[in-house]
Amino acid sequence: MSIDPIALAGSRARGKRPYFFKDPDVERVLSIAMAIAMENAVTHQRLDALERLIEQKGLLSREELDQFRPDREAEAQRTLWMKEYIARVLRIVQQETEAVEGGAMDVPMEEVMDALRNE
Amino acid sequence: MSQQALPPSWQHVGRHAVFPDSALDDTARFDFLANLNGYLATQLSPKVKAAYEGRVKPAFEKEKGRAPQTRHEVRKAMAGDAIYQTWSALRRSSMEMRQQAGRGLVLKQVDALIEKTRALNASDDGLQLDASVQVPRYSSAVDIHCMPGGYHTELLADDVSAAANYDCGIFATTGGMLGRYNDGGGQALAQWLQEHHPGFKPRRILDIGCTVGHNIVPLAQAFPDAEVIAIDVAAPMLRYAHARARALGINNITFRQANGETLDYADGSFDLITTAMFWHESSSTAMPRKLHEIQRLLASGGLTAHLEQPQYHGMDPYEQFIRDWDAYNNNEPFWSVMHEYDLRQMMAAAGFDAERYFETKVRGVVDRDIFPVASESGEDHGRAALWTMFGAWKA
Repeated sequence: MSIDPIALAGSRARGKRPYFFKDPDVERVLSIAMAIAMENAVTHQRLDALERLIEQKGLLSREELDQFRPDREAEAQRTLWMKEYIARVLRIVQQETEAVEGGAMDVPMEEVMDALRNE
Repeated sequence: MSQQALPPSWQHVGRHAVFPDSALDDTARFDFLANLNGYLATQLSPKVKAAYEGRVKPAFEKEKGRAPQTRHEVRKAMAGDAIYQTWSALRRSSMEMRQQAGRGLVLKQVDALIEKTRALNASDDGLQLDASVQVPRYSSAVDIHCMPGGYHTELLADDVSAAANYDCGIFATTGGMLGRYNDGGGQALAQWLQEHHPGFKPRRILDIGCTVGHNIVPLAQAFPDAEVIAIDVAAPMLRYAHARARALGINNITFRQANGETLDYADGSFDLITTAMFWHESSSTAMPRKLHEIQRLLASGGLTAHLEQPQYHGMDPYEQFIRDWDAYNNNEPFWSVMHEYDLRQMMAAAGFDAERYFETKVRGVVDRDIFPVASESGEDHGRAALWTMFGAWKA
């Protein structure tokens, strides 16, 4: 092979990349965090497969791990796990939307402190 | 929670002889992406709309004394909204991860994939490449939907990596809603013909912009006696498409490198001319040229039919804005312009009888064993793809 598959896999697509946040540094961190999130999901799926295989067979080879295909029930459980996992990683998004839906944002803590000091 | 509310695992993706080999980690990556896309579409996207209704639109109205009137006004107003920014940044990030996941899988085995396609493509003369075909600017100015190198770039001799990457990722990007072979569009068209025009038996079929041939294969299967020509400008797509079709046992399609703007077939050569998700990757000068060429190539009594995302006419500005996201943020530079066109008028300008123009909605045909409830109840459940089909019968 005369190409570098790792570097080429991550090539940029031509065309100016949009940045959505006011500060592109934030978006860079988010992008890295999402890659970690995905690779963590990959690790979880692999571990889950490993555990199921050990349980089923009592022995394990690398080949077997790569051949693992979850059955319907396991697939449903694993997919549900993925949903929960995404909710966990994106907790701040949920909480920010809840804050918006709950009406006004919470008052600054200093105001609460002052209120309690004077009560 | 019902199992049907969740996307099917990538382990159900349709495999064929030139589909890349994969291991458990690849499936996990695509499953993560399908579920992340599901979260963005079903959970966060409604919050983006709520942010528009609840704070962005009122602020605009307060400042201007009127509601936003165009999708461009909505876009500019939404750009500063934190929920919109988060949704957009995650969506963009998801697209980029999908490309890396697919390319990472494919490029590690590119030599083997090239050998497999070479072997299948040597078996007959159904692959006709033409190195003189130029990749048009609308296909090369930016890398369409963030595929590094676009459809056409060749990293090695006889490269198919762009096509193998495209083929393996659609299932994850769409949550499997196009079916395991990503052919829900072609199947929908074949089914529509069978239901509404059972007597129509095209002898020659042309598919323009076929990419990996996923939407023309169901038509070739529906009309096994027809001679089918599928064209594209990108050689890697055609090499892979031909090998893929042969691997699936389809022998009546010729894959030819050509640009639909000018073809060398005689007038009236085809009874059916199709495209699928094609026009939004064209340009304002190329699109009328291609429609004119289709009109010329269609035989009397023939049909041309096109699957596309819906046109913006009649949609409120927010709906237009949200559908326009890909134009600005997923490298679809003609998408926004194309979805404004009056298609009936364009078809008429290309020489079709406006009275014979039609427009309808078609639903992607989903695999019964991946979506048991959705297909049995005949309901959408938010999983089936819904397209606009437009076209015309030639007098």
